[in-house]
Amino acid sequence: MKRLILMAFMLISGFAFAQTDGYKVGDVVKDFSLKNVDNKMISLADYKDAKGYIIVFTCNTCPVAKAYQARISALNATYAAKGYPVVAINPNDAGVVPDESFQKMQALASEKKFNFPYLLDPDHVVTKQFGATRTPHVFVLNKTDNGNVVEYIGAIDNDPEETNSTKVEYVKNAVNELSIGKKPAIASTKAVGCSIKWKKG
Amino acid sequence: MRIFFIICLSLITCYATAQVKLLKLDELDKRIANGKDTTYVINFWATWCSPCVAELPNFEKLRLANLKKPVKVLLVSLDFKSKLQKEVIPFVLNNKINAEVFLLNEPDQQQYIERIDKKWSGAIPATLFVNEKTRHFYEKEFTEKELNNTLLNLK
Repeated sequence: MKRLILMAFMLISGFAFAQTDGYKVGDVVKDFSLKNVDNKMISLADYKDAKGYIIVFTCNTCPVAKAYQARISALNATYAAKGYPVVAINPNDAGVVPDESFQKMQALASEKKFNFPYLLDPDHVVTKQFGATRTPHVFVLNKTDNGNVVEYIGAIDNDPEETNSTKVEYVKNAVNELSIGKKPAIASTKAVGCSIKWKKG
Repeated sequence: MRIFFIICLSLITCYATAQVKLLKLDELDKRIANGKDTTYVINFWATWCSPCVAELPNFEKLRLANLKKPVKVLLVSLDFKSKLQKEVIPFVLNNKINAEVFLLNEPDQQQYIERIDKKWSGAIPATLFVNEKTRHFYEKEFTEKELNNTLLNLK
């Protein structure tokens, strides 16, 4: 009995650890249902024809995220038709930064004519599942018989300021590779970004 | 008189531009290695990062409280290099920052983020406590009290 309790405890703590640590490349993503700026709920399962997804944690206020807004729209314009739509999620708490509110998300999406969903993640539930730590932070998923598998985690490219002569477009490369049945050559990258504004208390 | 004026002026401009130096990680490593018993509290920040800007006064208080101890506070900006003159230097002057301020002069984020700490995702604010014996990295915001305690409990 004691052993059973111990085992149960280990399982729970293992689970909790995985929760706070977030997904790694190769992990299967749990589907979610989050409210879009048009007030409709969006799940990954809604995309019947998708071959995968470009999940982007981004927000209204971060200068790095802003610098990437047009590039995120361009990713969706190129890859949604090929079966890899962009799904953007705002991980920030509007209680901490008022400009991250749902209303401001709606305003931004309409002003910038977002051609992809921009979802609210109240209480950071999905953000914590993924283990996103900053904006922008991208997870490229590949749809398989076993579920949606994480194949790339990191930055959109290595050129935030659009001045790098040796630009590498990590997300584009990863999706192109997946679309021809290959694994991304670069499966994870790091980049400077804005920390997530976690709910206080 | 004229010469005096020119000297004054050049001193002032020297002072103003000397506020923020470009920094390579090799230079930082060398400084830490030559620091003997000095503990460096190295804060990675940017003018555009609001929680970073909010916690900067805590680093100034830590600096002032440890003036007589072998403790150095270094503020390393991750602003774009192109913003040095237009944003970083005016920010440092306007906020009367007295700690040493640098702008990281490394082109490759993949490389420098890993080099500073393997666990770092790249989010800021982030702070490194380092001396010749120990190295602790935190991807978080610090209150004044947390900064003091982290420094005091450094092993």
